[in-house]
Amino acid sequence: MTLVFTGICSHGPGITGRADLAPPDLRDPFFAAYGAMRDALHAARPDAVIIVAAEHFANFFMNNMPSFAIGMADGYEGPIEDPDWLKIPRRRVRGDAALSQRIVAEVQQSVDVAYAEEWKFDHGIMVPLSFLDPDNRLTIIPANINCQGPPLAPLARAYAFGEALRRAADKVPERIALIGTGGISHWPATPDSGRINEEWDREFLRRWSLNDKAQLLDYTDAQTYADAGQGGFEIRTLIAAAAAARGPGTVHFFAPIPIFSTGCFVATAEIA
Amino acid sequence: MSLYQLSKLLFELNRDTAIQAEFTADAGSVVARYDLDDEERRAILDADIGLLYVLGVNGQILMHFAAFKQIAWADYLQLMRDGVRDHGPVRAGVYAMTTGLDEKVAGV
Repeated sequence: MTLVFTGICSHGPGITGRADLAPPDLRDPFFAAYGAMRDALHAARPDAVIIVAAEHFANFFMNNMPSFAIGMADGYEGPIEDPDWLKIPRRRVRGDAALSQRIVAEVQQSVDVAYAEEWKFDHGIMVPLSFLDPDNRLTIIPANINCQGPPLAPLARAYAFGEALRRAADKVPERIALIGTGGISHWPATPDSGRINEEWDREFLRRWSLNDKAQLLDYTDAQTYADAGQGGFEIRTLIAAAAAARGPGTVHFFAPIPIFSTGCFVATAEIA
Repeated sequence: MSLYQLSKLLFELNRDTAIQAEFTADAGSVVARYDLDDEERRAILDADIGLLYVLGVNGQILMHFAAFKQIAWADYLQLMRDGVRDHGPVRAGVYAMTTGLDEKVAGV
């Protein structure tokens, strides 16, 4: 049946790992927005949630780097990071290999996606999950867009991946939700951590909310690197989510929170 | 220079608790499996975050390694700044430093 929910949110490891260092007047409404998305996601009663993430070398490396990949296992483990550092305990997350297989087969009609029967989650999935599924109840299908090891797939291909995921979600009888997670502007894991281009972020979120394909794709990686840092390459996941939803979006929360190393956001999109 | 090999070592270490245990017990035996030059070998055996950063290790790989080494966030950031001060700008990759040596944009 048709896709039942689409949202996007931040995933920086500092959000959980350094939560105690953030100003409560910014952190608390941000976490409340995650909580509202959790309630909306569960209210949509998804049989499975596709999380389109930009992983950070938890599974894929430059020895064999897929532009797009989908997990195809009955379970996944994460986080790979030191649990005390991320402040998220290790857990096994339920998957559904058979459902993944049907989704991959449909996605392959238009995107040459890689599949992986082994997949470990890093903060890119575990931080959102810690808010969206604290009781570990959901069935998760991880999807990844290479945003780390250039050359990266063009934005138009990320959009096409989102379209393919939507087609696949609509084709299977299960109720499928989709979450896109990545940064907007940020310079993570460098001495620049905390640098945020708020103006760039607000403009991107404006384009995302309009869900205007031409405007969403009107970035080059060179511009993004200069204006939004290497973390800005992760807009691919957000663009894929917009392509899957097709409808306009609503930004429920946005604020730069430097100790989290990113502009923090929670948004949902109408399924059209 | 074999940044790819150095990065691959850290990638495999970061995601595999068995390799982490081996590395903790005998880092040299893990490092010997990769084709590294002397500077790279020294950087990894000394867990020299600043030098690893300057050599061009992707920040995400480096951040996870620093967490594995129990290095606190503020110390991790400072070690990278110290590395740039001591060894010069980042030599490869997309994780170059764009802020000043004494600039702490997030207060740490």
